Amino acid sequence: MAPARDGLVLAALLFSFGLAGLLVRRNVLFILMSIEVMLNAAGLAFIAAGEHWGQPDGQVAFLFILAMAAAEVSVGLALVLHLYHRYKSVDVDAASRMKG
Amino acid sequence: MQLLWLVPALPFAGAVTLLLFGSSMRHKTVAMIGVGVVAASAALSLAIAAIFLAAPPPGGAYEQYLWLWIDVGRFRPAFALYLDALSLAMTVVVTFVATLIHLYSVEFMAGEEGYSRFFGYMNLFVASMVTLLLANNLLLLFDGWEGVGLCSYLLIGFWYKDPANGTAAQKAFIVTRVGDTAFTVGLFVLFEHLGTLHIQDLMRFAQEQWTVGSGVAVAAAALLLGGAVGKSAQLPLQTWLPDAMAGPTPTSALIHAATMVTAGVYLIARMHVLFTLAPQVQFAVAVIGTVTLLMAGFSALTQTDIKRVLAYSTISQIGYMFLALGVGAWGAAIFHFMTHAFFKALLFLAAGIVIEALHHEHNIFRMGGLYRELPIAFWAFLAGGCALAGLPFITAGFFSKDLIVWSAGASTLGGRAFWVASLFGVLLTSLYIFRLIFLVFFGDVRTPVSRRPGWAMAVPVVVLAVLSIIGGYDEKWFLGFLGHALPPLSQLPAGAIAETVTSAFAAGALLLGIFAAWYVYMRKPALAEAFAANPVGGALHRLWFSDWGMDWLYDRVFVRPVEWLTYAVRNDIIDTVFDWITALAAFTSRALSVTENGKLRWYAAGIAAGTVIFVAIALFI
Repeated sequence: MAPARDGLVLAALLFSFGLAGLLVRRNVLFILMSIEVMLNAAGLAFIAAGEHWGQPDGQVAFLFILAMAAAEVSVGLALVLHLYHRYKSVDVDAASRMKG
Repeated sequence: MQLLWLVPALPFAGAVTLLLFGSSMRHKTVAMIGVGVVAASAALSLAIAAIFLAAPPPGGAYEQYLWLWIDVGRFRPAFALYLDALSLAMTVVVTFVATLIHLYSVEFMAGEEGYSRFFGYMNLFVASMVTLLLANNLLLLFDGWEGVGLCSYLLIGFWYKDPANGTAAQKAFIVTRVGDTAFTVGLFVLFEHLGTLHIQDLMRFAQEQWTVGSGVAVAAAALLLGGAVGKSAQLPLQTWLPDAMAGPTPTSALIHAATMVTAGVYLIARMHVLFTLAPQVQFAVAVIGTVTLLMAGFSALTQTDIKRVLAYSTISQIGYMFLALGVGAWGAAIFHFMTHAFFKALLFLAAGIVIEALHHEHNIFRMGGLYRELPIAFWAFLAGGCALAGLPFITAGFFSKDLIVWSAGASTLGGRAFWVASLFGVLLTSLYIFRLIFLVFFGDVRTPVSRRPGWAMAVPVVVLAVLSIIGGYDEKWFLGFLGHALPPLSQLPAGAIAETVTSAFAAGALLLGIFAAWYVYMRKPALAEAFAANPVGGALHRLWFSDWGMDWLYDRVFVRPVEWLTYAVRNDIIDTVFDWITALAAFTSRALSVTENGKLRWYAAGIAAGTVIFVAIALFI
C-alpha cells in the first residue's frame, strides 16, 4: 500500500499542472480541462487523506466532487458555446470587456 | 405693582402677533395693535410710577421673581425684574417716548411695504429695551441688550431692497458686536470672581471683596465699559451710528437717538459701584465722553444730510452723559438722558416731517424757507434745537446740560479741563444746530413742499416739544428721587467753580454759537465757502466731514488686512492635509484598477498568488 504522503505529493503535482495550464493556455477548452485536472487533484488528496486516517469520509467527499464536476462541466461547456457564438473565437482574452 | 411683568410682556405679545399674523391684517388693525400695546405698557408704567411714589416699597426697590431661568451648578440666573428709582425713571421715559413715536409712525409709514413688519420690530424693540432696563441680573440684561441690537439691525435694514441699507445694518451689527464681546467677557470675569450675576448682589460682593483700584475690578469695569462704548456709539466704536440713519426716521428717533443708544449709559449707572471701585476706568469714561462730544460736535458742523447732523449730535450728547458718569454725577447723566430723549426724539420727528414734505430730500442745502410752509416742523425744531443747545431758563436741556458742565468742574473726579471742554461743546452744539435751523427754515425756498403732516404726526411732535421745554423744571425733585438708587455727586470743597458762573459761561457760549451760525449762514454765506476753499480749512472740513477719518482708518487697519488675509488663505492651508488624503485615495484607486483588466487568467493568477501568500503566512509566521 502506497503511503498517504505519495498520494498527497501526486495530488499537489497534478494541481500544479492544472494551475499552470489554467494560467498559460488561452483556449477556453484547455482552461476547462485544466480545471478538471485540478478538481481531480483535490479528489485524490481527499482519498489519500481518508486512506491515511482509515476513514470513508474521503471517498464520500470525492463522490460529491464528482457530482459537482459533472455539473460544472455542463455549465462550463454551455458558457463556452455562448462565448464562441458571441466572439467567434475560443480565446478567453477576447472576453475582457468587464473591467474597471 | 404685581403687574410689572406686563410692561415688557405687552409689547412682546404685540410683536409676536404682528410678526406672525400681521401680513394678513388690515393696516388699521396693525396700527391699533402696534400702538395699543406700547401705549398700554406706557400707561401701566406710569401707574406703577404713581404707586411707587405714593408708597415706596421697602428699601426703595421692588423685585419681581418670575421663574428660575437656568439652573446649572452655581449658575442660577432667574427671570426676575428689579424696579428702583433708576430703572423706573428710564422705563417711564422709554415707554412714553416709544408710544409717541409709534403713533407718529402710523402716519409716517402709511402705504409702505412691510407695514406690519415695521410695527412688529418696533414692538419687539420696546419689549427688549424694557427687559434690559428692568432685569435684575446681568444675563437677563444682556438678553435685552442683544434684543435691542437685533431690532436695530432689522430696522436699519428695513428697506432691504437697497443694498446700501443692508450694508449699514451689518456695519451697525458688527461694530456693536465688538463691544458686546467685551461685555460678555466682563460677565464671565464677574461670575468667576463673585459667583453671581444678580446686580445688587454683585455690587454688594464687589464692595466687600475688592479693594479700590484692584486689578480684577479694573478689568471687569473696563470690559463692561467696552460694551457700553459699542452700544452708545462712543469713541472708538462710534462709526456705526451715522450710517444707522439709513433706517426709517421713526426708528432713528426711537432707537438711534432716544433710547437704545443710551443703554450704555444705563449700564454704567446701574453698575456704578463697580466703576467707583475702578477709578482709572471711571476716569477713562470721562475722557471718552469729553473727546467724543468734541469730535462729534465738529463732525456735525460739516454734514449736509439732515439726519446725519442729528446723528452726530446724538453721539455728542451721549458724550455729555458719559462725561457726567465719569465724574460721578450719576443723577445728572440720567437727567440728561431724559431731557435728551425728549428733545432728540422731537428733532428727529420734525426732521421726518421735513423729509416727507420734500420728497425724501435729505440734503440741507437743497432745503430752505420752510419757516412759512411747515410751521409745526419749524416750531418743533426751534424748541428741540433750543433744548439741545440749552437755552437758559426756558428749556429742559439747559438744566440737564448745565448740571453736567458744572459737575465736570466741581466734582472731586472732574477738573478744569473737563469744564472748559464741555463748555466748548456747548458752543459747538448751538453752532451746528442753528446752522441746521437757519439753512432749513430760513432763506429762499429751494424745494417746494408736497405734503403736510396730519394729526398722527403732529400730536407727538407737539407733546414732545412741550416736554422739551418743561421736562427739566423739577430738577431738584428728579435728582432727589434718583438719589434713592444712585449716590450723590462728591463735590470739591467750596471755592470751586460756582453753578451760576457755569450757567453764565454756558449761556455766553450758546449765544455766541447762535450768533456765529446766523452770521456765517444767514448774513455772509460766502464765509463758509471761503473757509472750505482755503487749503487748511478745506482739509479740516474734509476731516470733520468724514468723522475724523475714522472709517478710513478702520478700513485700513481692520477691513483691508482681513480681506487680504482671507484672500491669501483662500486655498485653505488646513485643507491641504485633506487634499493629500484624497490624492492618496485617488492614486490607490488608479493603481488598483490597473489590475482589474477583465482578463480571466490574470484573476486566476491573482487568486493563486494570494492563496500562496496567505498559506505561507499561516505556515511560517
